[in-house]
Amino acid sequence: MTTKFEINGDTVSVDSEPDTPLLWVIRDELKLTGTKFGCGIAQCGACTVHVGGVATRSCVTPLAAVDGARITTIEGATGAKAEAIQNAWQQLDVPQCGYCQSGQIMSALELLQNNSNPPDEDIDAAMNGNVCRCATYGRIRKAIKDAAKAVQVSSNG
Amino acid sequence: MADKKSFIINRRHMLQASAGLVVGTTLLLGGCGIPKDGDDKSQELNAFVRIGSDNLVTVIIKHVEFGQGVYTGLTTLVAEELDADWSQMRADSAPANKDLYKNLLMGAQGTGGSTAMANSFEQMRKAGAVARAMLLAAAREEWGVPVDEITISKGIISHSASKNSAKFGELADLAAKQKAPENPPLKARKDFLFIGKHVAKVDSQAKSNGTAQFTLDQYRPDMLTAVVAHPPQFGATVKSFNAKKTLAEKGVVDVKQIKEGIAVYAENTFVAIRARDLLEIQWDDSNAEKRSSAQLLKNFRDAASKTGQVVGTKGDVGAALSTGSRRFEAEYIFPYLAHAPMEPLDALFEQQDGKIDVWHGCQSQTSDHKAISETLKVDPDNVKIHTMLAGGSFGRRAQQDSAFAVEAAHVFDAIDRKRPVKTMWTREDDIKGGYYRPLVVHRLTGAMSPDGEVEAWDQSIAAQSLIEGTALAPLLKGNPDRTIAEGAAEPYYNIPNHRVSIHSMKAGVPVLWWRSVGHTHNGFAVECFIDQMLTGMNFDPVAGRVALLKNSPRDTAVLKRVADMANWGGSTAAGRARGVAVHKSFGTYIAQIAEVSIEGGRPKVHKVWAAVDCGMAVNPEIVSAQIEGGIGYGLGAALMNEITLGEGGYVEQSNFHDYLPLRITDMPEIDVSIVESSEPPTGVGEPGTPPIAPAVANALAALTGQTVNRLPIYNMA
Repeated sequence: MTTKFEINGDTVSVDSEPDTPLLWVIRDELKLTGTKFGCGIAQCGACTVHVGGVATRSCVTPLAAVDGARITTIEGATGAKAEAIQNAWQQLDVPQCGYCQSGQIMSALELLQNNSNPPDEDIDAAMNGNVCRCATYGRIRKAIKDAAKAVQVSSNG
Repeated sequence: MADKKSFIINRRHMLQASAGLVVGTTLLLGGCGIPKDGDDKSQELNAFVRIGSDNLVTVIIKHVEFGQGVYTGLTTLVAEELDADWSQMRADSAPANKDLYKNLLMGAQGTGGSTAMANSFEQMRKAGAVARAMLLAAAREEWGVPVDEITISKGIISHSASKNSAKFGELADLAAKQKAPENPPLKARKDFLFIGKHVAKVDSQAKSNGTAQFTLDQYRPDMLTAVVAHPPQFGATVKSFNAKKTLAEKGVVDVKQIKEGIAVYAENTFVAIRARDLLEIQWDDSNAEKRSSAQLLKNFRDAASKTGQVVGTKGDVGAALSTGSRRFEAEYIFPYLAHAPMEPLDALFEQQDGKIDVWHGCQSQTSDHKAISETLKVDPDNVKIHTMLAGGSFGRRAQQDSAFAVEAAHVFDAIDRKRPVKTMWTREDDIKGGYYRPLVVHRLTGAMSPDGEVEAWDQSIAAQSLIEGTALAPLLKGNPDRTIAEGAAEPYYNIPNHRVSIHSMKAGVPVLWWRSVGHTHNGFAVECFIDQMLTGMNFDPVAGRVALLKNSPRDTAVLKRVADMANWGGSTAAGRARGVAVHKSFGTYIAQIAEVSIEGGRPKVHKVWAAVDCGMAVNPEIVSAQIEGGIGYGLGAALMNEITLGEGGYVEQSNFHDYLPLRITDMPEIDVSIVESSEPPTGVGEPGTPPIAPAVANALAALTGQTVNRLPIYNMA
């Protein structure tokens, strides 16, 4: 069975089994390796991608569920908000081992897309599903705030 | 790959996909996992420094980068002595080569004990200074001017009188032909431009845009993915198995029995994982550890109640206890802990023309290289390890016996090495896979005088050794494993009558160093017990400690600094309390104060202050980040984590739903202050971890009146 969807602006068709988790289609078939495997049960968020603009754990999303969907991975994270987030991540040296950070950034991006100036409670709610074993959380929180400010400054300017 | 045929793609995607593979291939040749942005025409000026015709300076890093910042740290040292511009600096991983790349504090190539900066500080500065001298000599030859008139600044070599100037790349070929000086002068501290300053980390960009390459991200043509069904009890083996259902799955290529279990080989990861569940395996548990952790704990507690092998003694503890003013007693229980790095263990093996390539987030290159060569019976010269970026370790990737490297080699060998094989562990394999921080029990008895002097201290520790029974056992030369008592055997407090003894416990559960190793429990036991005595005698925990630290100026300094930061003794918000701990590990001194409350019946840590003395701070931001991370790592474990073995010796946890990781909502606000120092740098990867659990426990004791005697804290209620 062929499943067709859009990923990072490209239309692709894959004929992996319909119950194959999207994560493994993205990695093993499409070789987009920025999206990581961490737990396989939607507990760590390392596999976070956007499906139709919504942050989604690709490790528990079957391929069949994304037929016709529009998917964005870290490799396709573009635009002012994505750039502001990635800049803030670098300015604050957020990543340590870095393995979880693609997922962190995809969750942060969905947050800023829906909420241009998130207070701490919203950051907590958006980011609590993303685990960082290096515990870079303090810098993640600050980077999200810095990114929100940078986007506001550039859109006001 | 079988999926190639079925993978219908449009042209634009095809181009993207192939470009991605090309990038991947370049990386594989290069090694470390940070995408390259320069050409490959570079000159090797020494084992650590390459300069490209594009002016990029690549520093060869002998240590694995798993978040501790070593790629940036060691690159900083070379940039400093080379007078390079930071934007031209790059890092790449070294091959396995003990002669060139051994850890000078370990005698073998490997990363651990928070030694990466400490052992490399002189070596890498010298490598930079040698390269600088060779560039100067090249300029002298090219321009025919006296060498002492040539200067280097921000990557530009110049001679002002003759108006000559050159970038590094222009003179790299000629520089490589110059004689390397034996002992080039190193910069004075006052002249440092990079050391002690902030520089952008060399890997932050690649780790923010998804291009950083870890072992799991490596794909080779025709590669198989393998997972291994491991025995459900430690020490059990395969009795028999039926792989019929597994082999019937589309995409499964083979199933093989190996020493470590049953390996399933498939065309892709999902099929391998799913098909593994279909195996029918009968296990032989005759040599398995079948005791539950509750049974083990009982044995450990019984042992700790008696004096064991004495590893540190001073004065007459028995006499001092019997005549002491006021006697205190405590027992502390520490559970098995998994490391749970974000990237579970993995390695990719490939054989071409009798040569083996291994892509692996390798933490012990010398040990793993030898183990792989021996397992595959291949000349070590024909085994190349590409040390990749690793998704965390916290100790997990450095096994005494290279057990995972050997398992992956067995997996590769069992299908005759005919296709590249990536062996990966799932999270369940990781949590259930052993190599835990050991189960430990401490028993303490002490006496304190009315003026706050510790009159007697008697500590007995029951724990599994990380060394006995492993490949490292010869290092003990028949002596007791003193590392069980590291951080306790030699007290930093002034204690005239002091005894620490150990019981080396036997259990079939494989154990391993876990971020800060023995200090994880010794720091807790010492800092909670001293707090119990001081507060029991109505002394202030900070002032009382300072009085006892009379011969320890660096401990005292960090303690006073952290007390100032937190305004210790000032008012604390209603419903909150503070606790303090100070502990030196791996040469670095740290004091922490934690502020806690109880929310919804559970402890909540709001704020942590930390003062650190790690000698010279080469990269202050990295030092702070490591202390923050060490605190988070230690806090999550102290609050929530425990690996337990149930009836029959089966591990009861399996993934992040029942081995709870610290999350952003659990993370306290952290302030870090670094003490100015001209001492040589010491490590920061581990020392942030030991003080947090006792600081939190002492705060909870202050808040509730109840001491914490068993971790994790969440299980106390």
